[in-house]
Formats: sequence, structure tokens, C-alpha cells
Amino acid sequence: MVHEHDVVIVGGGIAGLYAALESSRSVDTAVLSKVFPTRSHSISAQGGTAAPLGNMEEDDWEWHLYDTVRGADYLGDQDAQEILVREAGEVAFELEHMGCPFSRTEEGKIAQREFGGHYSNFGKGPIRRACYAADRTGHAMLHTLYEQCVKNDVRFYSEFFVLTLLVEKNVCSGVVAWDMQSGGLHIFHAKTVMFGTGGYARAWKVNTNALSNTGDGMSVVLQAGLPLEDMEFVQFHPTGLYPSGVLVTEGARGEGGYLVNNEGKRFMEKYAPAKMELSPRDVVSRSIQREINEGRGIGGKGFVHLDLRHLGRQAIMEKLPQIHELILKFSGIDAVTDFVPILPTSHYAMGGIPTNNDGQVVMDPKSTPVAGFYAAGECACVSLHGANRLGCNSTMDCAVFGRRTGRAMVRHINSGAEKARLPKDALDKAKSKLECVLTAKGKESPAAIRDELQATMMVNCGIFRDEKSLKEQLKVIKSLQEQYKWIEVGYKGQRFNTELLDAIELGNMLDFVETIVVGGLARTESRGAHSRTDFPKRDDANWMKHTLAWKTEAGVRLDYKPVVITRFQPEERKF
Amino acid sequence: MMQTFKIFRFNPDEDKKPYHKSYQVDVPEGMTILDVLNEIKWKQDGSLTFRRSCRHGICGSCAMTINGLNKLACETQVKSLGGGTVEVEPLRHFPVIKDLAVDMDDFYKKYEAVKPYFIAGTPPTDKERTQSIEERKKIDGSYECTLCGACTSSCPSYWANPNFLGPAALLKAYRFVFDSRDEGLEERLPILNSRYGLWRCHTIFNCTICPKSLNPTWAIGELKKKVMSEKY
Repeated sequence: MVHEHDVVIVGGGIAGLYAALESSRSVDTAVLSKVFPTRSHSISAQGGTAAPLGNMEEDDWEWHLYDTVRGADYLGDQDAQEILVREAGEVAFELEHMGCPFSRTEEGKIAQREFGGHYSNFGKGPIRRACYAADRTGHAMLHTLYEQCVKNDVRFYSEFFVLTLLVEKNVCSGVVAWDMQSGGLHIFHAKTVMFGTGGYARAWKVNTNALSNTGDGMSVVLQAGLPLEDMEFVQFHPTGLYPSGVLVTEGARGEGGYLVNNEGKRFMEKYAPAKMELSPRDVVSRSIQREINEGRGIGGKGFVHLDLRHLGRQAIMEKLPQIHELILKFSGIDAVTDFVPILPTSHYAMGGIPTNNDGQVVMDPKSTPVAGFYAAGECACVSLHGANRLGCNSTMDCAVFGRRTGRAMVRHINSGAEKARLPKDALDKAKSKLECVLTAKGKESPAAIRDELQATMMVNCGIFRDEKSLKEQLKVIKSLQEQYKWIEVGYKGQRFNTELLDAIELGNMLDFVETIVVGGLARTESRGAHSRTDFPKRDDANWMKHTLAWKTEAGVRLDYKPVVITRFQPEERKF
Repeated sequence: MMQTFKIFRFNPDEDKKPYHKSYQVDVPEGMTILDVLNEIKWKQDGSLTFRRSCRHGICGSCAMTINGLNKLACETQVKSLGGGTVEVEPLRHFPVIKDLAVDMDDFYKKYEAVKPYFIAGTPPTDKERTQSIEERKKIDGSYECTLCGACTSSCPSYWANPNFLGPAALLKAYRFVFDSRDEGLEERLPILNSRYGLWRCHTIFNCTICPKSLNPTWAIGELKKKVMSEKY
């Protein structure tokens, strides 16, 4: 079946829905999502969304820009970062105008709190810049956007899973998606396609991500012959609940929570004496991991403590109610009276599908655009977050660049763009992707392959890496890719076949992880979240550049493109 | 410790009628029902279908009936169920697509029917609309809804009359009616006051099963008072 729309957006998170809201005002817009839109992982964002509103104290977009540039360890493109911080305020107000239930100040303005990496006056003291709705900010933003999309009659195709991107000669004509509930293949023919397909942290054993965050969009792009950018930069969030890694918001430290080791010491004193627990995430995660590796985890185990007790019951229940409930339900611990066991947890992709500042996907070091193809949010790499993202900048990235991308698609269509012709064999690749898995006959278990991938990515491609571990991981991935050819799916039926879904997601994971490892192996420096113990220093002379990675028959091919520097020259980061 | 899990199974393409299948799973400390379902799916029987995503109680994908009560599988500790055989079934009163996954189209239609979006007549300023802390507090207990369906599925009035909007949709209406910034009351009033609106709620409180501890029965009561004061 062929569906015709002006705009087809894949992914119903904040980026996808903001774009849909923009485009649906003037052109026919459809959103495809493998989950019902409000189940998208944006819902899990907790602590806040960054905008220099100055509702609590003086703030300035230039300060926010400086923090973002430095947080990113200078690998972000400063022109894109400037767009983020300059549009953030307007977007926060726009969300409020759509009814987003932000918490409020005494004067009735949007309430803001402190977050790691956000400071006043070019890196001085902490600043309250994170706009929040208790600790359910992502939920508040996502539901608000979905509600407005319902109002605008956006067409939703929920539980449709995209298998292939239709691109010929740098022109995109649509996507092919699999209807999970009833099993058919559907062609979506569009003037523009946008991916807002989210992240990939399910490739690590300990992670904050939803089970659906398997990096599908990124792999579909690789499979279409297009590159991914800066994939080696993987953010570990400092505070995942031990042992599962479920997210405990940075807002917990923003509200004043401490990190302590088995000696009862606030160990951040050693690593970041000025900014302590509110240093950027890469710094805090490395510090926690060092404490654990050097035997100062609690009881010598793989976790340290987050201490919220001094905040008091009232502050915890008002400002961190969801976190309190989550810790109680998952650990049986009452954070009002007891320490919370936490460990660093795989969280966020700084890299992704390369785009320009209008969300248009670009395909080479010269940033040549792919006509009709766009991306925004976590799956995309503008690059805003460079080597390390600041907390609260992701939901705002989704909102600002989702909105910009929606507008850019409308401009493209209003300038007279027509649909590109569908390839003759439009369905073939998607069909064979499904059939390969359905007809494969072997003894390998997809779950066992995934378990091994997740466990080895933690060990070999986690917070700390070196040449040996990355080479080892590349070997593991090659071997798992081989094993994947010999999996067998027991249930072959058409109806809501989530066994087949799991298997295809696993195939996707085995594709994008290779770009992370190969990119990381080549990058012989430590920058932001990419910490090479064999190359502990940042190397601006050789590595002040973005990685581009293509998947080819012979393996991953790398190339590089320059970083855009406008205002701030690289300097040493100290916190 | 090995425990038995009796899981509802039904594939309308292959089965004449639903049945329960028992699985044995070793349950360590901290294991949730979602962990059990994943264990079964990944290690024992891949054909089992259920929805899940965030696995920490915020996306609302995995509401199901566990030992007779509607809960989110992901945040239900097996230990909290007190031992013995655990029965897992799909949410009641929604058609089963396959196994534990139900068709929620009607649920979403009811949600859409209450105009579940912010309506403002007054144009905004170039900053935020102000709202006092007290005004904002009024929508606590309603905006947090995850649309998991646990409440509507447990509502006897909805069982009796599927045209009833049901607790989730009405709670969503509450979230806007009692938002000091919203100006959509006039548009929503006839919907709430309609034949299948508020008055079908007979205050049975089953919907307080809400996994997020929200209280739609109370919210519906407040809406009833609001309609009475506005209308009569």
C-alpha cells in the first residue's frame, strides 16, 4: 500500500512532534512511530529544559552559549549552538503558551533550577536555567505537543516501524514501514521525510533508555549508504539507579544532592573542586567510575551514594516526586531518610545523522544536502553537543531544532518541491530485511547475541576506552554480526510479531555500534565523553574535527569535516 | 526462587479461544513483572506479545492485569505480590490484538473527544502567561496521567456502557478545565455534560487503581460541581 503525504515524520518524540506541529499548520503531515507517540522516550526526561530566561536571577544567552561550547569540549559547531541558546527562550515561552504545565516561581513565572554545567557569567557560579515541571519535564513537554498535534489533526500511524529509507541519487522520496499490528509493508511517499527517531543506549547493559531505543533511525540511514557523525561520543549519565541504570535526574544534584563514596566523602572535591557535583556529566561520570574502579564504591561494589537526605521531605516531595517514587518502587529505598545507590549509565548519543542548521541531512565533508531528507533530536548531529551534552540541552535541542526542521520542510514544499519518483524496487529491500530474519534457520539466540553485545560494550566501549579494548570490541561485533546470520525466530505470524521486531532491532544495533567503535579507535585523544586511557589529553592540533562514518562492504569508512568556531577559541576545561 | 506465571495467551489468527499458559521463572530480588515477561520472551517463548518501553513507569505502555489488578508491569515487583502463582492478563474490556497487547483505539478516541488540548482565547504576550503556585497546584494529580488505560479498563460504568467517556478522558478534561490559563470551558462543557459524559460516573472508585496514584473519581466529582455551578 502506498500512502501519500507532503511531510512524513518518523518518530513521535519532542523533535518529531514539534516539527509536525509546525508543518501541519500548512501542509499535509503524517507521523509514523513504532510506539504510540506519548510512549516515546522524550517522556522520560525529568529535570528540566534549558533556556536563559532569567526568571530566578540574571541570565544571558551568551553565558548559556559559553557553557554549551565548553560542555561540548569545543567539538560542537558554534553557529548551531548559538541558534539553540538564542531560540531557547522563545521556544520555552511558546511551549508555555501551548499549555505546558511548568512549575512556577512566586511571581508566577516558569520556575528554573540549577543543573550540571550551567553557570552564570562565563563559567562562574551555578545558575538556575533549567525550566521544569516538577521532575516530569519531558512528560509535560511531550504531552503538550501531542495534544496540540491532535488539535491540528496530524495523521498518526502508531506502531509502524520504518525498515528502509528511499534515497536515490541524493534525493529522498519516502520510507517503507512495517505495520506491526497486522504485518503488512507500507510505502510512504512524501515531499520531505524527517527522522526524529531518538537514541541508541540499549546497546549497553546499564542504560537509562527505553527498551525501544535501539538506534533504528541511525542504522536505517547507514543502510541507505549515508554517513553518521561523531558516533564515538556516547554520554554516560552520572546517576543511574543501581543496578538497572534507570535515570535519577541531574535535578537531584541541581536541588543540592551530594555524591559520596564508601568513606563518606564528597569525592567530587578531588576531581572538580569548584563546581563539584554540578560539573558537566562527562566529568562527574568519570569521577564516579574512578572511585568505583579504585575500590571506593560502597562496600567495594560498583556503586556510590547519592545523598538527598539534607534536602528534607518537603523539598523532595515537591521538586522530585517522581524520583522519590521511582527509587522507592525499584530499590525499596526512601530517599528522604536513606542513601540512594547510583552508578554511571549509558544515556545519550551526541553523534548521529549529520544535518545543517535547518535540520536538512548532509552527506559528506562538504555538507552536501540530501534533497527532501531531514533529521532532528537525539538521532541527529547538528552538531550542538559536540563531545559532551549538557543536561537540559537535549529536550531544548529537540524543541528548537524540531521546530526549525518543521519550518524548513514547509519552506521547501512551498518553494514548489514535488515528490521524487519512488524507486522501482521500493519495497524490495524492506521485504528482504523481514524475510531474511523470518526464513533464517540457525541455532543462535537473538537474546544471547544482544546480551553479549550489551555486556561487552560496557566493558570495552564504556566510559573509559583504549586501543586494546576497542579492537577487542570490534572483533566481538564482527563475530556477533556473523552469528546474527544464524538466528531463528520461532513465531513467524503476521500479527503483532514483537519477536520479529526484537530481531530487526538487534540487527540495527549491530550496525551502528560498529561506527562507534571504529570512530573511537581512530580518534587518538580524550575529548568530552570519549576518554582514551592511552591518549588522556585532548589533541586540538589533530582532532578538532567531526568524524563521518559510512558502512561499506569492507567495513566502516571514516572521513572528517571541520568544526565551526565563531566566538570561543578552545581552552582547557576546569571545573 | 522458581515461581509460576500463568500468562493469558490469544492469537486470533491461530487460536479458537484464549487460554492461559504457565511458565516457570527464577525470580531474584528486585525482579519486576516486566523483567519476568522479558525473560519468558527472550529465553522461553518468543511468540509472547506485550507492549513495553520506558521500563520505569512513565511511558504507560505496559498496563496489564496482574493477579486481578491493573498495574504497570515495569514497576510491579514480583515480591510485592506475596508469592504463589502470578496471573498476568491483558487490560480488561479492550479487545485483545494478541496476548497482552490490547486495541486501545476506543480509549484514544474518548481522549480526543474531550478536546484534550490547551485552548486560549487571549493572545499570549511575548513572555509566559503567569500562573500562581496555588493555581498551578490545582492541576497536580491530573497532568501526570500517562494514558496507560488502567483506570478506564477498570471502570464498571465503562463496562456497562462503552460510549461512556471513561475516567482517563475525564481526568484529561479536568487537567484543562482547572488550569487557570485555559479558556476552553465553554467548548468542553457540552461534551462533559452530555449523555455519555460525567454523569455516567457512579463514583465507584475502581479507577483509583491508577499506577500513578491519581484519583480520577475525585476529579470527576470536581468537574460535576463545576458543571453544576456553571450551568444550573
